[in-house]
Amino acid sequence: MSETQRKKHVRWVEEPELGFWESTFVPAIMQGLKTTLKHVVDRKPVTQQFPEVKPELPLHYRGVHRLNRDEQDRVKCVACMMCATACPARCITIEAQAAPPEWPDRDKFPKSFVLDELRCIYCGMCEEACPVDAIELTHIYDLTGESRADLMYDREKLLSVFDRTKNDPRDPVRTGRGKLGPASEFVQLPAVGPATTVPSSDRSARAEAAGVIRTTGREGQQ
Amino acid sequence: MPELLITIITIAIVVGAIPGVCNYLILLERKLSAWMQDRVGPNRVGPLGLLQPLADGVKLLLKEEVIPPHVDRVLFLIAPGISVFTALLAFAVVPFGPVGAAGAPGFLRFIIAPGIDIGLVFIFAVGSLAVYGIVLGGWASNNKYSALGALRASAQVVSYEIPLGMSVLGIALMSGTVNLEEIMQHQISGGFAAWNIWFQPLAALLFFTASLAEANRLPFDLAECEQELVGGWHTEYSALKWALFFLGEYTHMITISFLTSILFLGGWHLPGIAEPDSAYPLAWLVKMLVLMGKAFFFICMMIMLRWTIPRFRFDQLMELAWRVMIPLSLANLLMVMFVRHFELSNWWMLPGSAALFAAWGMISASLREAERRARPGYVRRKKVETHHDSHAAGHAAAH
Repeated sequence: MSETQRKKHVRWVEEPELGFWESTFVPAIMQGLKTTLKHVVDRKPVTQQFPEVKPELPLHYRGVHRLNRDEQDRVKCVACMMCATACPARCITIEAQAAPPEWPDRDKFPKSFVLDELRCIYCGMCEEACPVDAIELTHIYDLTGESRADLMYDREKLLSVFDRTKNDPRDPVRTGRGKLGPASEFVQLPAVGPATTVPSSDRSARAEAAGVIRTTGREGQQ
Repeated sequence: MPELLITIITIAIVVGAIPGVCNYLILLERKLSAWMQDRVGPNRVGPLGLLQPLADGVKLLLKEEVIPPHVDRVLFLIAPGISVFTALLAFAVVPFGPVGAAGAPGFLRFIIAPGIDIGLVFIFAVGSLAVYGIVLGGWASNNKYSALGALRASAQVVSYEIPLGMSVLGIALMSGTVNLEEIMQHQISGGFAAWNIWFQPLAALLFFTASLAEANRLPFDLAECEQELVGGWHTEYSALKWALFFLGEYTHMITISFLTSILFLGGWHLPGIAEPDSAYPLAWLVKMLVLMGKAFFFICMMIMLRWTIPRFRFDQLMELAWRVMIPLSLANLLMVMFVRHFELSNWWMLPGSAALFAAWGMISASLREAERRARPGYVRRKKVETHHDSHAAGHAAAH
């Protein structure tokens, strides 16, 4: 950086000059007292009285998980392990079992599904990963337990969270697509386009490597 | 009733009342600070949180007392005791209600030790002992933060003792006594116009500021500033021993507030309500309440100041004591001596105080200006301006 550039970018700031009244401190202190006194007299506390007044959480708040049920009250989960794989905290342990013959829409279901709520970082990756929208995060924030074992949420506990929250307007069942979810109804995989439209001039639209699913946009260009 | 019994009863009342009052002052401090910061403050225990001090007291009583293995046990245990003992002892000569002829009937007496002629000197002597509690506590803790806090506290208390004592000497000269009851009586018999604040406003300001420093209250709480020193000298203390330090600090606050009201605001005198010839029933109670109301005002002031202004830097703290307050209190004392010696009217002290205050402001402003001139940055800023000027001049010349 040249000298002139340096001079242009560095701004020299002088401390404000202290005159007679500033040197005596008194007016500044009075001014400060006026400000604080104004708050004492004209009180508008911003504190929420928690146990009596529940906080208004944002709609995207991520709290305790639930396992959704389908219309026949079966667990929606198909034990695909996507959530357990996506989980950065590795707090989900799933044991899969072959689905009984009267459930023709799936191959597997979770024999046991244990989620360690203490280990979870509530990032919501499991919800993102789930192909059948079986696991969702609710608005329950006051999670307590008397022991660590209490907070190992198994399948039944997670299903009971669903029963508790399904009628809460803040925790709607966020999917109505198909019996299990959109992924369960694919007969064959459609060509997958990018989540956002990529202009054909973009470098990423032109890139082609082995194993990359060809984008519809690129086909259109050809 | 024998004198001794009355004294014992008064001591019992004071020693019993002060911890309770201190507890509620802590609640007041928490509430006021909460209100200033748009919060609610403690409101869970009892109506409006009024039983919070009780809960705090029980908590402090039942908490585990940790004595770390690396401390000097004897000094560690003595230090909080010294802190409280000296603070309570200083209260012995402070009248907390009307005394003498105007006092309460029967055995009630609003001072523990009446007629102590060295009143003020006693308070300052005992008050300076309080620094031993801090120094010993910090030293015995065998902890760097505690030692630093104790060092700062001792330097600060020793420095501010000088303006504290010197600002009051003017009043001693005016009243011709250091007996607190007589100083109070002197103002009361003179009426509203005889309050010392009219003659010694500068001394009042100096006294209040110095006593804030003496009590280690913000903005002078460098000895226990949390951001730098954890808890200062009481870092290693827990439970009731820590509470004793706190009790000492708040007792100090109460003493200071009473002293300021007695020395400068005419004690229990309030025109129209509490006059020396008020003869309505329970006049003594009203007088007591007036004095306590004045003290309460100063306590509120201290709390407000604590949550309003930021803390001084240590060099600023020392500068304020040695370069401002000590010379000013000395000049103030000289002014009183001058007025008394030439037997001028006491009212000359009012413009005198104002003139000293103005001189202080002008001297420190010009000192700051001189310091700024000595700084290399000052030259650089001037250079930039001249550069700009010459540029403008050149521009004009080109046209």
